Amino acid sequence: MYKIVEKKFLAPNIVSMDILAPRVANSAQPGQFVIVIADETGERIPLTICNYDKEKGTVNIVIQAMGSSTKKIAALEEGDYLKDFVGPLGRPSDYVNADIEEVKKQKVLFVAGGVGAAPVYPQARWFHEHGIGVDVIIGAKTKELIILEDEMKEVAENVYISTDDGSYGFNGMVTGLMEELIVKQGKKYDLVVAIGPMIMMKFVCLLTKELGIKTTVSLNPIMVDGTGMCGACRVTVGNETKFACVDGPEFDGHLVDFDEALQRLTQYREEELELAKRGEEKKCTCQHGGAN
Amino acid sequence: MDRFKRVPISVQDPKERITNFDEVCLGYTEEEAMKEAQRCLNCKHHPCVDNCPVNIHIPRFIKHIAEGEFEEAAHVLAEQTALPAVCGRVCPQEEQCEKVCVLGIKGEAVSIGKLERFAADWARENNIDLAKTKEKNGFKVAVVGSGPAGITCAGDLAKEGYDVTIFEALHEPGGVLVYGIPEFRLPKDTVVKPEIENLKKLGVKIETNVIVGRTVTIDSLLNEEGFHAVFIGSGAGLPKFMGIAGENLNGVFSANEFLTRNNLMKAFRDDYDTPIKVGSKVAVIGGGNVAMDAARTALRLGAEVYVVYRRTEKELPAREEEVHHAMEEGIKFEFLTNPIEIIGNEDGWVKSIRCQRMELGEPDESGRRRPVPIVGSEFEIEVDTIIMALGTSPNPLIPATTAGLEINDRKCIVVDEDGQTSREGVFAGGDVVTGSATVILAMGAGKKAAKGIDKYIKEKYGEKAEA
Ligand SMILES: Cc1cc2nc3c(=O)[nH]c(=O)nc-3n(C[C@H](O)[C@H](O)[C@H](O)COP(=O)(O)OP(=O)(O)OC[C@H]3O[C@@H](n4cnc5c(N)ncnc54)[C@H](O)[C@@H]3O)c2cc1C
Ligand SMILES: Cc1cc2nc3c(=O)[nH]c(=O)nc-3n(C[C@H](O)[C@H](O)[C@H](O)COP(=O)(O)OP(=O)(O)OC[C@H]3O[C@@H](n4cnc5c(N)ncnc54)[C@H](O)[C@@H]3O)c2cc1C
Ligand code: SF4
Ligand code: SF4
Ligand code: FES
Repeated sequence: MYKIVEKKFLAPNIVSMDILAPRVANSAQPGQFVIVIADETGERIPLTICNYDKEKGTVNIVIQAMGSSTKKIAALEEGDYLKDFVGPLGRPSDYVNADIEEVKKQKVLFVAGGVGAAPVYPQARWFHEHGIGVDVIIGAKTKELIILEDEMKEVAENVYISTDDGSYGFNGMVTGLMEELIVKQGKKYDLVVAIGPMIMMKFVCLLTKELGIKTTVSLNPIMVDGTGMCGACRVTVGNETKFACVDGPEFDGHLVDFDEALQRLTQYREEELELAKRGEEKKCTCQHGGAN
Repeated sequence: MDRFKRVPISVQDPKERITNFDEVCLGYTEEEAMKEAQRCLNCKHHPCVDNCPVNIHIPRFIKHIAEGEFEEAAHVLAEQTALPAVCGRVCPQEEQCEKVCVLGIKGEAVSIGKLERFAADWARENNIDLAKTKEKNGFKVAVVGSGPAGITCAGDLAKEGYDVTIFEALHEPGGVLVYGIPEFRLPKDTVVKPEIENLKKLGVKIETNVIVGRTVTIDSLLNEEGFHAVFIGSGAGLPKFMGIAGENLNGVFSANEFLTRNNLMKAFRDDYDTPIKVGSKVAVIGGGNVAMDAARTALRLGAEVYVVYRRTEKELPAREEEVHHAMEEGIKFEFLTNPIEIIGNEDGWVKSIRCQRMELGEPDESGRRRPVPIVGSEFEIEVDTIIMALGTSPNPLIPATTAGLEINDRKCIVVDEDGQTSREGVFAGGDVVTGSATVILAMGAGKKAAKGIDKYIKEKYGEKAEA
């Protein structure tokens, strides 16, 4: 059992939790994720590690309550326990184990879509701690879904905001804002790291391919075990089948077959709807699909 | 009594059992077991014992059953095996102990597996305490993986007085016994869980949700957590795919995914959250135990099921009993058939599978006749779900995160006759060493490694750890 030592809302349907899991906190690195099971009948839900405190032994996760399982987790309170919490899973981001002098030469732009701001934060912080300035775009549907803006400002050189409805910052999608910065204002980046909904990552990659900027994405396919045992998470990268849970979750975005990945995400849609119906008859108050 | 004929065992009626996940074979009653046991000739040279990978003293335990001494029978089993209720159910007996039974020359071999199961079930139902442990010696051993290899190694070491901790990646201990083999062959709550509870009674600690290679490493266990030795029993869980077109379409699953959803995550039960997709027509590719389990699971979830296998019925690697049960239940077999392409509809879901017929040609390196395609024999089977049961290989995570751990070209960890790897103090056994094999062979390897670890630690550190 893994205690929820702190819980707070970042937006109406986005919850941040600190979980007591010393073994995971001790080994966690940027780019990795965990799998959580809420209770006895719960499913295995992958969530990115958003932060970790080796001294306190806690790991921070940020959950967007979308379907029945993420709602189940988000409904738990401080002091409650998660039945299972396993990790860190996946490979750390490439730069973690790369030659720091090489990393320092690169100018990085992070593009965070919706809840994707949470996994971007520890990465931006890692660069900050190594004395490297990065820029960050946070995009969401509307102003109240923009999360972690203040925290991000502390670790990034520039933070840009975009909202689809224009209620805050740039009026439009993150790709529109990227064009504005890179094409119109002439900003130069050597690497784009995009984390957010699959569809957003697809369009970011289409743009950066055109602009010739290397792009890393963090894929979030359907997973079961997260250890390379089931193949549910398979994605085609550069015409090869990869298991995102062990070979990823980060890949070269220009090599990812996003159309296949998007299609594979719909596999259990009918079953999820069934489950939602069977579950609480409560009215759904969240925005489906969240940001973007 | 006809000495050459087995006492029949009752099974759930096929029509009934395809609608539920309850165990198919119902086991012997006390009277039936005693009657079957009385057939054993108690042979002096007991070939059966030599053909059991853990050398259970078969005539001795059977004699006790014949005389109604069921508790004694269970004690004889416990001398050699930690999982008699499991092996009695899933061992390929017809290939092992029963294959060489003297009675089998003229008639039917003694039902050794079924009798083993009977004694083990009886002991559990009657709460017989089989745990006998020596005084603690203060040495710590880490066991990676809680499948049959890890369970056996941990149990044997705990009985010798070691302080043993099992680290398991999944949230539930048991390995394939829990995530792979379905409920209708191996009930979890009544058979597997109690065997794991027995392990805990011996003092073994089990830490679930720990992935060795990520959460901790072999080196951190040895150098930071003070373990004197490590046993790796991480199995062969990495699924193979065929590499044919259409394999990533929606509706194509590995058997591991399908079975894990159903067995470990209990997707077949309405009150569990994990979804499972079965469709109305399913093709299972392969012919081993895994293929049979996937096919019979899909059938129970309501689908019409084909097993597509490239050789003939005679070459099916699955256990005889399971093939027989599958056929009784109405699984359709397409023998001498090989898939060449999976065809999808416009939404990216499986629509059909294109296959070609095969014929058997010259024998290959395994001695089996190699299937060769018949030109112009292509045809399609319309299905909406395809389950790939083509075998598995060891997960590369532990070798990739442990410097100096030797593996062979099949990605299996290499060990010496004591079960020790190329790293001092690091032992391994089970599917991670042999590639996918059987429960009892994994147990045999766990046992051997336990002896090897005992020898290694005592030679290096003496009889007891310094306090
Ligand atoms: C490596 C990884 C890291 C992730 N990190 C986070 C995170 O930090 N925070 C967070 O809120 N979520 C994260 N996710 C996504 C999260 O796991 C899914 O939102 C969750 O599994 C959906 O479960 P549900 O029952 O609530 O919704 P469901 O009812 O299962 O699904 C709701 C809708 O989302 C679709 N869906 C199903 N699985 C996924 C998926 N994996 N990703 C996106 N859509 C999906 C379904 O088709 C359905 O339409 C991550 C996923 C992966 C693989
Ligand atoms: C569906 C199916 C049906 C089968 N039917 C039969 C049968 O009828 N009869 C028979 O004799 N055999 C059968 N087998 C084969 C048999 O189950 C295996 O040979 C046996 O379980 C191998 O045991 P093991 O202990 O080596 O590994 P496993 O049982 O595979 O256990 C390995 C354990 O290690 C864990 N693990 C892996 N990596 C790590 C890590 N890095 N850190 C921590 N833990 C880790 C895994 O999660 C798993 O729990 C079947 C197999 C399958 C899949
Ligand atoms: S463990 Fe297997 S081989 Fe040994 S006696 Fe039992 S059924 Fe036979
Ligand atoms: S070979 Fe058969 S008859 Fe002889 S001891 Fe073994 S089980 Fe009994
Ligand atoms: S989630 Fe099962 S292999 Fe990746």
